[in-house]
Amino acid sequence: MIKSILATALAASLALPALAQQVTVVNFGGANANAQKKAFYEPFEKSGTKVVAVEYNGEQAKIKAMVETRKVTWDVVEVESPDVARGCDEGLFEKLDYARIGNKADFVPAAISDCGIGVFVWSTVMAYNGDRLKGTPTSWADFWDVKKFPGKRGLRKGARYNLEFALMAEGVKPADVYKLLATKEGAERAFKKLTELKPSIQWWEAGAQPPQFLVAGDVVMSTAYNGRIDAANREGKNLKITWTGGIYDLDYWVIPKGTPNKDAALKFIAFASTPDAQAEYARNIAYGPTNNKALAKLDAKVLGNLPTAPANAKDALQFNLKFWADQGEDLEKRFASWAAQ
Amino acid sequence: MSSLAASLPGSVGPRDLQRQLARAERRRKLRAFSLTLPLLVFLLLTFLVPIAALLKRAVENPEVADALPRTVAALQGWNREGSPAPAAFAALTADLGALPDSSDAGALARRLNSEVPGARSLVMNTFKALPLEGTSASTPAADMQARLLALDERWAEVKYWQAIAKNGSRWTADYLLASVDLRRDPQGRVERMEPGQRAFGRILARTFQISAVVTLWCLLLGYPLAYWLSTLSARQANVLMILVLVPFWTSILVRVAAWIVLLQSEGLVNHALIGLHLVQQPLALLFNRTGVIVSMVHILLPFMILPLYSVMKGVPGTYLRAAVSLGSAPLAAFFRVYVPQTYPGIGAGALLVFILSIGYYVTPALLGGADDQMLSYYIAQYTNVNVNWGMACALGALLLAATLVLYALYRRVTKSELSLG
Repeated sequence: MIKSILATALAASLALPALAQQVTVVNFGGANANAQKKAFYEPFEKSGTKVVAVEYNGEQAKIKAMVETRKVTWDVVEVESPDVARGCDEGLFEKLDYARIGNKADFVPAAISDCGIGVFVWSTVMAYNGDRLKGTPTSWADFWDVKKFPGKRGLRKGARYNLEFALMAEGVKPADVYKLLATKEGAERAFKKLTELKPSIQWWEAGAQPPQFLVAGDVVMSTAYNGRIDAANREGKNLKITWTGGIYDLDYWVIPKGTPNKDAALKFIAFASTPDAQAEYARNIAYGPTNNKALAKLDAKVLGNLPTAPANAKDALQFNLKFWADQGEDLEKRFASWAAQ
Repeated sequence: MSSLAASLPGSVGPRDLQRQLARAERRRKLRAFSLTLPLLVFLLLTFLVPIAALLKRAVENPEVADALPRTVAALQGWNREGSPAPAAFAALTADLGALPDSSDAGALARRLNSEVPGARSLVMNTFKALPLEGTSASTPAADMQARLLALDERWAEVKYWQAIAKNGSRWTADYLLASVDLRRDPQGRVERMEPGQRAFGRILARTFQISAVVTLWCLLLGYPLAYWLSTLSARQANVLMILVLVPFWTSILVRVAAWIVLLQSEGLVNHALIGLHLVQQPLALLFNRTGVIVSMVHILLPFMILPLYSVMKGVPGTYLRAAVSLGSAPLAAFFRVYVPQTYPGIGAGALLVFILSIGYYVTPALLGGADDQMLSYYIAQYTNVNVNWGMACALGALLLAATLVLYALYRRVTKSELSLG
């Protein structure tokens, strides 16, 4: 009996890949994964390829381990921008064949890179609870002003973004932030400004935490990913975003080098980059499409919530990938040293 | 049996018998050993080999030696102060141009960048620009230098060349040095890092401090409970032991999430405190040291209670009664007669809790702030975020060394093996 069950199971597991093609797509989970499921995975499955969704937290070590041991089980991975360039340099990702994806000219320029194509534009912004906070913070200087807005502030555990925000709180113009941060004095100034706020900081680790903190009243203001704030508001919360001085960035699709399903992976990426899929995604979570043709398919209400809306992008800063690829390790170490003081 | 019977008649002398006995004994031992063999192989594969690999990776430094052999040779005679000779520039162009795959350049860029921020883009830009138009292997070195400087003027900065020269060897102590806030200067002399880069000394001290506090609390809470359990009848003790063990069997993540619910500013604990008018404002119990310690004590308490309980079970009550009947005050008798008999339990429990604590990662990451993270958090960061595995392994080696030193200290102080009861 057991033998026959085993035999059937074995046969089934052997036969499965032949029966239906499947592609394993790795995302960051949460509200973002739900939107991807509706906009990308479910419609794509109609073409006959099964999508297996896996969540991770951006650990490039996993991809590196897979590629180095030649046991690649992930076919398409969503990665953050610094990892696209780094992974591409170190040979972790396949080079993309754009002829099979779409017309490069349709996309925002930052979305096109050798190994990755932009999935969506997202932004790290200042957020607060409209029901609790009296007054409207309009700049990072307000975020740092604990007299005007008493209470705790949520900041992401780490150096990235926080150093930029600190300099903007000092009154540095967005355009000059990275130039200044590259100098020793600039970095020093940013850390000094962070020290000012240190007693009021409550650190967060995962993107789901800032909306929770704001709703629970643990913090009065927090840095947050704009899509997470939007997702909380869809559940009836009244969280508000200050777009001034937000830092916008892209997430990318990459294909780990050596995947056996490269063809299906490319098909999936091509599908997720079509204007229709991109527009559907933006309707489900407030992240901006990378395919410009998707914008025409969205109504004004959806457009107004996206980081790419002209009013929102006006005083925003584009994340400087090159700067962080070069300085990231050093600055994170300094951050650890600073936090230990 | 049959062989024994066969050899019995006649000529067996005492020496032969001895030899046969020894052989039988050896065979018996071998059989016993072969039974433990699977475990030994398992330990070797899952424990010793990975640790050896970790230690090896902490001192491995193949990137520069593999990618830039000619450059390293050309820099041999350089005094590491002024600009290097033009031959070095030519060798660098030749080395980078000869790399078979961009991933080799990427590995080199990552290694140099962790030494000198900015080296990543410098190396990758240069690699992508090669071969330089109109140059060949016969181009004079001075021209090559000019071309390279024209391509990226950062090649004029000595610090990049120093990093290459310094890392020419296949093995390095740099990662291990960095894990204790030391570095080698361009000449190879060991010096302390500049203040803004010193972190791991304080983080290690913090790791030890949190672990010590957690151990102390576990002892203070666990000792009376274990004592009480040991005085109950077996049936009652078993029922209560289940209450100790059920949380022990629950997933750590679940328990951490439960503490978030309890300790948050609108949580149960703060509501109760405000309801009782003990405090006016909700206390900050979460995302700071308090939350980390409360949760770690809760998770590690069974590791203290179990060894204590098993030692206390074996302590006869007669000594305590004898001391009291000879006129000692009950409290004095408890501390002078009973407690010393439980030292092995205290030692084993404290060591177990302390050693488990210093490796804690999930709990501080979820319940602590930026200044509550322990060493493992940074190991994870170097592994996953920076993908600098050499540094991650060096920190792992540091943690391993700390654990071994602690264990040696424990053995010296108690002069005994670790006993769990």
